[in-house]
Amino acid sequence: MQADTLFLFVGIGALLALASLIGFVLQWRRRGVPDPLIDNLNARINAWWVMVALLGIAFWLGHGAVILLFGAVSFFALREFITLTPTRGSDYPALAAAFYLVLPLQYLLVAVDWYGLFSIFIPVYVFLLLPILAALGGDTGAFLERAAKVQWGTMIAVFCISHVPALLNLDIPGYEGRNLLLIAWLVLVVQLSDVLQYVCGKLFGKRRIAPRLSPSKTVEGFAGGIALATLAGTALHWITPFDLWQAFAIALTVTLLGFFGGLVMSAIKRDRGVKDWGHMIEGHGGMLDRLDSVCFAAPVFFHVLRWGWG
Amino acid sequence: MNDSQTPPPGEESPGTSVPRPCSSWTQRLLAWPIIGFARLLTGARSLWRGCAPEARQRVYFANHSSHADFVLLWSSLPPALRMRTRPVAGADYWLRDRLRRFLIQRVFHGVLVDRELRDRHSNPLQPLLDALAGGDSLILFPEGTRNPAEGLLPFRSGLYRLARDCPQVELVPVWIANLNRVMPKGRVLPLPLLCTVTFGAPLSLDSGERKEEFLARAREALLNLAVEAA
Repeated sequence: MQADTLFLFVGIGALLALASLIGFVLQWRRRGVPDPLIDNLNARINAWWVMVALLGIAFWLGHGAVILLFGAVSFFALREFITLTPTRGSDYPALAAAFYLVLPLQYLLVAVDWYGLFSIFIPVYVFLLLPILAALGGDTGAFLERAAKVQWGTMIAVFCISHVPALLNLDIPGYEGRNLLLIAWLVLVVQLSDVLQYVCGKLFGKRRIAPRLSPSKTVEGFAGGIALATLAGTALHWITPFDLWQAFAIALTVTLLGFFGGLVMSAIKRDRGVKDWGHMIEGHGGMLDRLDSVCFAAPVFFHVLRWGWG
Repeated sequence: MNDSQTPPPGEESPGTSVPRPCSSWTQRLLAWPIIGFARLLTGARSLWRGCAPEARQRVYFANHSSHADFVLLWSSLPPALRMRTRPVAGADYWLRDRLRRFLIQRVFHGVLVDRELRDRHSNPLQPLLDALAGGDSLILFPEGTRNPAEGLLPFRSGLYRLARDCPQVELVPVWIANLNRVMPKGRVLPLPLLCTVTFGAPLSLDSGERKEEFLARAREALLNLAVEAA
């Protein structure tokens, strides 16, 4: 691991230690009286320690481990998406293909750095394959709806998330050997934006920004979270190939995309009548609850870099 | 609590009235990868709503949509309870070939019932009563067969007869959600989808309650659990 990366992780560790300290003091001030908000806060902080540790271990092990980690993340995300999406018995071949063929192949394409096929495999070939498999089942009921749902799931959970490890394959002149830091910067800025939107919303939130989609999102949380995370991303420009202003513009872009990603995924959850995608991350909900913003930010971040710096 | 006179599993003397297929610990170890796989695939989330995972003698009765049902229910129990909980399975299906016979008898330690009632004179529930007398808990699917549709089929009478003959045993409804999508009938490769196993409040037979009343009440309790779990 490089000195920059190590320094970054030490910084994140210090930040989490501060968060844990605040969580502990808040808990201590309750004097044993349970408060669901503080319990949830502490559960979230503890889960952050685990998530940062997993990412840190993958970084330490190298590119292969990072690709495997995000492959696993895609698997959990797709499982949550398909679980909440009503499908029928005749969708079995399409679903089996999505889990056992599409997902491993997409990450294999990342591993062998075959950009041409990586970028069109799911949007073109899988887009055509899945409805063919569904048609062979002979069930015409809600056909377009079912085909669209499986395609959407693979797009969000596999295609979009695979753009995070694909950052390792970018050839940026003068930035050789530092691509892991692109992942660190993207994930850090987008997740920091989520956390700061939550914190600003809890501290100052008054006006709800999208009451029908996500009752906990407020105008104050949105403005504060986006602004502070953009500033943090700008301040971290030294780990990226960007200059100060470029870092500012790109941080603003990915945090806004992350926010809208959260809104879109909330709309789906509300439609299905649930609050969370799953339960695997204590305090946060499911994998997709934590990654909805990254799903939307990663592909755009990848292509901005590829066109502008690659 | 378990009857203190019951010998621990694997230590029964020959000639006991309770016939149990004895399996070595290596064979029982085979259950671990199967349970691990089931948990990994389905996220195995168990919700103990109506009771706690305690070492009481119970009959867990659940909805039945796939052959993996009892594996998932079994894997939702803490290991200590799992050792003393045996699935009730149809002999006609599980004795059909050597692999299935090995799995149900040696690995899962199942209690086999003769669903086709070839021998009219014997009580088809006798193996279940023997297992309960031996101190074990049971996993039972009162619909009697796999139900590919939503909801529940009418219950067979076995649950009522167990409730009548073994009043000390708790009857716990268990709703297994989503597993029918994991392995639709006729498919071999399971899909990874999240499943939830919800344990409800124990039932017992009321004094003077008729068979139809009790079976309807038990079925209703299971259906209510399904609504609650959704």
